[in-house]
Amino acid sequence: MSAGYIWAIILILGVGTYLIRFSFLGLIGGRDLPEWVLRHLRYTAVAVLPGLVAPLVLWPSATNGEIDPARLSAALVTFGVGLLTRNVIAAILAGGGTLFAMIAIMGAY
Amino acid sequence: MAEATQKSYYWTGFRAGVPFVLVVMPFGLLFGVVATEAGFTSLQTMAFSSVVFAGAAQFAALQLMVDNAPMAIVIATALAVNLRMAMYSASLSLWLGDAPLWKRALIAYVNVDQSYAISINKYEDEPQMILPDRIAFFFGAVTPVCPLWIVATGLGIWLGDGIPDWMALDFAVPICFLAIIAPMMRTLAHMVAAVTSIVVALVLAGLPFNLGLLVAAVLAMVIGAQVELWTERRAKA
Repeated sequence: MSAGYIWAIILILGVGTYLIRFSFLGLIGGRDLPEWVLRHLRYTAVAVLPGLVAPLVLWPSATNGEIDPARLSAALVTFGVGLLTRNVIAAILAGGGTLFAMIAIMGAY
Repeated sequence: MAEATQKSYYWTGFRAGVPFVLVVMPFGLLFGVVATEAGFTSLQTMAFSSVVFAGAAQFAALQLMVDNAPMAIVIATALAVNLRMAMYSASLSLWLGDAPLWKRALIAYVNVDQSYAISINKYEDEPQMILPDRIAFFFGAVTPVCPLWIVATGLGIWLGDGIPDWMALDFAVPICFLAIIAPMMRTLAHMVAAVTSIVVALVLAGLPFNLGLLVAAVLAMVIGAQVELWTERRAKA
């Protein structure tokens, strides 16, 4: 990774993210936003993040892309606990605990 | 008199923000560690957290950068992760749109998941709040959370390589994302969108430049919106 690559990404992402945050607060005002746009925006987070995570869970680079029981079960526990408790911290702790327990049992990382 | 109520709204907001310290602290720490491990200098890591100031997008960008994705793909994907903030901006502008421009410019910088969620709940619960109270509450909610993001990143850099292999740090990012996603599964539409995103991203994983993820995200958004329409129509029928 070259320094230019890193700095360019930081600057462009910074400006882009700020413009997204400022958009309606700064310029138009949410009053005028058509309903169909809002309807799509509501799903941006659940549309991007699951697709980003899925390959990391199924084909972790730490095991050279092989399915790993420790990481897979940790992922399922994290998601399950998050779904049931709606509590981010509880989900992270449960998932991390599962990962360490499985790694200890299987004796490998 | 009015100033006294604003002061108290500031502190009400502050107290509402405090629990999120528990989320922001480990997440920021982790970013510091992971970015350092990926080869970022301290200055680059600190700049990333303070200029971009968006946890999920920073992790998404970092993951793609480690995979040597082209710059345009890194930026498009991370901005897609942040698009939800346009929705926050639109919804906040209903309540804060009459504030002076410089205050709105400042609010925009700290318009993040936590401050948005806390504030919008409060505004909807107490619609009689006046504009200065709403602004005071917003900045109160932001105070325990936002500066901490940058401090936590710094701590992560400092911890850096001190984290042993058995901690399987490679998997901290997926766990954090999963913990954030799970509570978002509020409706059928959210679930269908998430499943679409997963399936399409996996099927198209072979596409160059991580384009598969972008295609998956766009499809999932459209399908989520369609399912929402469909559920609404069914509820009315």
